[in-house]
Amino acid sequence: MALTTTTNAASARLENVSKFYGEFQALKDVSLAIPPGKVTCLIGPSGSGKSTLLRCINFLEEYDRGGIWIDDRLIGYDAVGGRKMAPGRLREMRRDIGMVFQQFNLWPHMTALQNVAEGLERVKRLPRAQAQRIAAEALAKVGLGDKTGNHPSRLSGGQQQRVAIARAIAMQPRIMLFDEPTSALDPELVGEVLAVMKQLAAEGMTMVVVTHEMGFAAHVADRVAFMERGELVAAGTPAEIFGNPADARVRAFLQSYNDRNAFDVKAG
Amino acid sequence: MIDLSLFQQYGPALLRGLGMTIFCWLVGTVFAMALGFVMALVQRSVKAWPVQWLLRAYVEFIRGTPFLVQLFVLYYGGPMLGLRLDALPAGLLGLTIYGSPYFAEIFRAGLNAVPVGQIEAARAMGFPPGAIMRRVMIPVMLVSALPALVNFSIILTKETVILSMITVPEIMFETQTMMAETFAFAEATLVLALFFWIFVEAISRIGRRLERRATHYLLERS
Ligand SMILES: Nc1ncnc2c1ncn2[C@@H]1O[C@H](COP(=O)(O)OP(=O)(O)O)[C@@H](O)[C@H]1O
Ligand SMILES: [Mg+2]
Repeated sequence: MALTTTTNAASARLENVSKFYGEFQALKDVSLAIPPGKVTCLIGPSGSGKSTLLRCINFLEEYDRGGIWIDDRLIGYDAVGGRKMAPGRLREMRRDIGMVFQQFNLWPHMTALQNVAEGLERVKRLPRAQAQRIAAEALAKVGLGDKTGNHPSRLSGGQQQRVAIARAIAMQPRIMLFDEPTSALDPELVGEVLAVMKQLAAEGMTMVVVTHEMGFAAHVADRVAFMERGELVAAGTPAEIFGNPADARVRAFLQSYNDRNAFDVKAG
Repeated sequence: MIDLSLFQQYGPALLRGLGMTIFCWLVGTVFAMALGFVMALVQRSVKAWPVQWLLRAYVEFIRGTPFLVQLFVLYYGGPMLGLRLDALPAGLLGLTIYGSPYFAEIFRAGLNAVPVGQIEAARAMGFPPGAIMRRVMIPVMLVSALPALVNFSIILTKETVILSMITVPEIMFETQTMMAETFAFAEATLVLALFFWIFVEAISRIGRRLERRATHYLLERS
């Protein structure tokens, strides 16, 4: 089993998804189509509900209303507005959904190799030798073929995040979720992680990426969705969102982003 | 002066006492840890208030009363409730009950300290709950919990002497017998002190080795 180009990328569809934390509504009737084999970036100010939305897609957060489908299977519930899905069926759906976290979330007591092999052993129930062979392949793919024996404490942030990506792709997911994968990294380590993500995108992986890297969103995304205060305010091509956004809230967000990131040299 | 000839007469009994103390400690500690771990799991996962309330009441009662009182209740009061136990089983059960809430608390705190993200990473991949517990939560928890586990295990070594009060023939019981028959207080005290010193030191060493093994990845050189 080689780790080849994705051939069976999944689509996802969100319809009128709402999520409450007590009284507070974190997601307000969000609808979004995520096309297969494409990169969809979620942008917006912090606290706008991007992580919450992303985590609803694999049901790490339980949405309260609406529906989320991976291809044509509803995740989390037996039917829209119905009962919770049986845990076994949810686990089965989650095998197809890879997730990469801002804080990497590697298991500190395992080597890089074992971090990647673990899911193959425990979830796919592969024999250890086979799991480790696939894990080594996945690590080589993210450029860490020489670090298989290192524990996370002996890897840089960028390397840890690449192990986390290898851990996800070794499971051969059909869609991958990234929650600010470079936000915890030192600036000089961002590039190596983005490069791996670009490679995945080029291979046709369905990707949903929450990011503050506007450059990545502008150049790699096929679709960009902008969120604010739990609402999906605008969605379109990067050209539509970054070029000439119709919505004033998007314009204001991009303006403040540009102001923060411009570095005009002081005259004098 | 220390009268060494006493040990010719009492040596075998004292040795049996030592063995019995080690046995009681080992069984009591293992069972108390196991029960404590189950209590911590139940406390985490069963949110129904009667269960939580019962667990809390049990913990408060056990932590709020002396071990000797618990043991008397079990050994002398048990028969009134139809629980008739010999001294040794009563002692082992007593140690298990006495130690369990302390271990439960250590495990509870340790499991709570496992970073949520590491658990979520496994959940997101479709790990079954048992695998998350065995492969992620327990190993990560042990790193923070081991010192406290070793510490309380050492405290339990000293609680075993209380079993002499219900006639379990452990080292305290045997030295008391020797003292009663010979008035050899110095010799008896010497045996007790030496034994517990070596016993506790051995457990500390084993504990430090376990800690090093559990945390080697934090210290390893690449
Ligand atoms: N577990 C939670 N309990 C209560 N409120 C939460 C919780 N998680 C997130 N929120 C709130 O929901 C909103 C959206 O959070 P989040 O999805 O993390 O935003 P983003 O990822 O866009 O920064 C925020 O106002 C946040 O405070
Ligand atoms: Mg977020």
